[in-house]
Amino acid sequence: MWKYILKRIIALIPVIVGVTLIVYFIMSLAPGDPATTILGDQATPEAIAQLREEMGLNDPIIIQYARYMLHLARGDMGTSYKTKKPVSIEVFSRFPATAKLSVMAITFSTILAIPLGMLAAVKQNSFFDGASMIFALLGISMPIFWFGVLEQLLFSLKLGWLPSSGNDYWYSIILPAIALGFHNIASVARITRSSMLEVIRQDYIRTARSKGVPYGTVIRRHALRNALIPTVTVLGIQIGALLAGSTLTETVFAWPGMGRFMITSISGRDIPSVLGCIIIFTLCFSVVNLIVDLAYGFIDPRIKGQY
Amino acid sequence: MAKKKQTETVVMTANGEQVIKKQNLALETWRRLAKNWSAMVGLAIVIVLVLCAVFADVLYDYDTQVIKQNISNRLQAPSGEHPMGTDEVGRDVLARIVHGSRISLEIGLAANVFSLTVGGILGAIAGFYGHRVDNIIMRIMDVFLAIPGTLLAICIMAALGSSIFNLIIALAVSGTPGYARIVRGAVLPVRDMEYVEAARAIGCTNKRIIFKHVIPNSLAPVIVQATMHTATTILTIAGLSFLGLGISPPTPEWGSMLSAGRAYIRGYAYLTTFPGLTIMITILAFNLLGDGLRDALDPRLR
Amino acid sequence: MNEEIKNTKDLELDIKNLVVEYRTPGGVTQALNGLDLEIEKGKTLGLVGETGAGKTTTGLSILQLIPDPPGVIVDGSIKLAGEDVMLKSEKEMEKIRGQQVSMIFQDPMTSLNPVMPVEDQIAEVIEMHELGEDGKPISHSAAILKAKEMLELVGIPGDRGTEFPHQFSGGMKQRVVIAIALACNPKLLIADEPTTALDVTIQAQVLEMMKGLREKYGTSMLMITHDLGIVAEICDTVSVIYAGRVIEHGTLEDVFDFTRHPYTEGLFNSLPDLDHRENRLKPIKGLMPDPTNLPKGCAFCPRCDYAMEICKTEKPPRVYRNDEHYVECFLYNEQNIKEGGLLGR
Repeated sequence: MWKYILKRIIALIPVIVGVTLIVYFIMSLAPGDPATTILGDQATPEAIAQLREEMGLNDPIIIQYARYMLHLARGDMGTSYKTKKPVSIEVFSRFPATAKLSVMAITFSTILAIPLGMLAAVKQNSFFDGASMIFALLGISMPIFWFGVLEQLLFSLKLGWLPSSGNDYWYSIILPAIALGFHNIASVARITRSSMLEVIRQDYIRTARSKGVPYGTVIRRHALRNALIPTVTVLGIQIGALLAGSTLTETVFAWPGMGRFMITSISGRDIPSVLGCIIIFTLCFSVVNLIVDLAYGFIDPRIKGQY
Repeated sequence: MAKKKQTETVVMTANGEQVIKKQNLALETWRRLAKNWSAMVGLAIVIVLVLCAVFADVLYDYDTQVIKQNISNRLQAPSGEHPMGTDEVGRDVLARIVHGSRISLEIGLAANVFSLTVGGILGAIAGFYGHRVDNIIMRIMDVFLAIPGTLLAICIMAALGSSIFNLIIALAVSGTPGYARIVRGAVLPVRDMEYVEAARAIGCTNKRIIFKHVIPNSLAPVIVQATMHTATTILTIAGLSFLGLGISPPTPEWGSMLSAGRAYIRGYAYLTTFPGLTIMITILAFNLLGDGLRDALDPRLR
Repeated sequence: MNEEIKNTKDLELDIKNLVVEYRTPGGVTQALNGLDLEIEKGKTLGLVGETGAGKTTTGLSILQLIPDPPGVIVDGSIKLAGEDVMLKSEKEMEKIRGQQVSMIFQDPMTSLNPVMPVEDQIAEVIEMHELGEDGKPISHSAAILKAKEMLELVGIPGDRGTEFPHQFSGGMKQRVVIAIALACNPKLLIADEPTTALDVTIQAQVLEMMKGLREKYGTSMLMITHDLGIVAEICDTVSVIYAGRVIEHGTLEDVFDFTRHPYTEGLFNSLPDLDHRENRLKPIKGLMPDPTNLPKGCAFCPRCDYAMEICKTEKPPRVYRNDEHYVECFLYNEQNIKEGGLLGR
């Protein structure tokens, strides 16, 4: 088992190097000279040239990237142009809020979605199946930001039950978590249903029933675990969408997380902060994908066998 | 998707004769699609949207009705004259939504064509030549896929700044690896099929094999992906614009209209409702159509 | 005359006039059209026919596991040791499945759950039906122990029980499937082409093993196959099925040595004859009729060398050669069936 985990971790390293390199390269295309931005427009050309040299801006991009990654490994992501504070402090002070929101959204939506998809498949073509799949289709078609606005309209403005923004109470998280997780419910329920439909036609389900196992138990014990294999794949992809979606949700609900910080940094042209946020987001996604890969190994013994 | 499309069905009649029915694949697909109620709804909405986009200028004049401000007429509730009301500077919301369809569809189409061309060529090369070439191309694509699509688009927009051209670039780049993977997945099994080997054995050139055999057989998954990805692209355009990274006012775009309407959500909820509904219906239509196409093109899935 | 004799037989399985349809939007498939089957206690019946003749449907009907939708049992009765399974509730059926009747499925590659260790899959059937020494349902550890014994019984080391199906070869998977089917000493074992998916050498091993186990436990067996060699090896009686109906039935000797139906004859002619290798094979011409559109008369009529006008329009009646052996064919009447020879046998 440990060998399998280790191999997956090693396989992750080139991916992490790749994604961070792509992100670093794209952000380096941003117009404007960092040295000029830091020193201001009144600075002499000599001072700017000196700072450029100090910052290593004259080195090839790949050297700059390597330097950035080495600093990152020590927790240093440069200094924010705007607040003049280390980007690492800005980012990591907001990281817990985003993590909490994402984990909350993914947990509640998955817990709801899997039984929903399962039931829809078992009762295929029933009213419940039809209703839940229409719900799921609406869910994947609903823009996160509009759903958030609708929530605010109903629960905050009309009913006054929940706060429309901020993170001041323990229940402040409810609306943003629902907005963020809604899309996930729909996708996961749909894929669970279709993979479940495929699994319940498999021969081994018939074998299990021929043993005299009650249908409900067959579904739980035999079908579910096999049906979860495609669900886990979709869940991995969904988490990527969810991380990106958190920027939208955090903007709608003024949630004090990394996503909102990134958007305000973009409009403030605070490149080091933007770069820091995107790098942390992509690293998170890579780690989540590693966890998903490991989950495969636990669910499906055939995959573990390949390593 | 790997299976060769069945263009001939052998039917046995009671007296033991073999009857070979030739079926036109496109016609057959259309017939199956036409039976699918929800796909037809999706198709109808898509057609209405395309018509709106094409005839936007006929319906509403861009300069005088879509972007010209008219403060005296601001924040009018929906009425006969303005079916969806007017916005905070007195522009007709319906006119802006109609012209917004043009923006969304144009950008979505441009980005998809780019993604399909580049991704399709890369995927076809990877799938057709296999081995080392495949490995190099697909590892690079995997790295791109390891960045969530919307985040990659945000990253590109943050670096390049917001403009329509940059938006197309951002969406095109983030859509490319998906197409590459799908085309490769469709080409790889076709490559090893016996009929392609047979074609090669009778001296067909690679080019001929690609155009005569590989492309027709890769078409089904690509059509489905194109439909589904259009939905994703339009949603991303709206999302980026909502964040202020995509299309900026006064250009009419659904996401930025929704964003602007938020400031007036107390009392003027229609300002967010109509653009939101439009986005949702558009995405829903493309998804319905995509689902229907997938079922119609691959009957084994049902 | 025949009715009386049947009533005195001690039947493990008695199927009468079973009609099963698969109703899909594309049309109604007539899977079984008035099928009759009988198996005496402790005996083995071979159900022989081509792919699509309704053999698997027969097996699934007995367990009440016809996929529904689209499968519907339209008519008939299925009696297990005198009790009609069609009148049983789902709860009662669960007690019968795996305990009184169990089934070995055709494809061992797909018949086992890929994500469950094989010993758990065997233990499951034991836990469903058996009681421990204290009279309460058997404990999981005791069931696992018994599962390992079953593995040993079918020739797999018990300590491999913790492995997953993908770690076994095809022949070993089939042994596991057999172990599951036999774990609760069923009264009736339905074996649906148990060796088709296996290599010839493994086939013989599995067959030998099944024979041994049958003798040990006195199990009745329904051997579904298209392989006449297996029938000759293992069966006491034979029913030949065509388009969902038994067209010839008798003891092994009756059917092999006094073949009457042209279709049965055709099946024998399709086998290579090692003693006379210069003889050409005579395969049956044509294919099975489209089950959504069966001929009006005898289902075999379009492929039959002896077809007459009446065969096209009327269903042939059942003609008995002796108490057991019957055919459904217009070629025969009470007299000439006893003389035989119409087909040169």
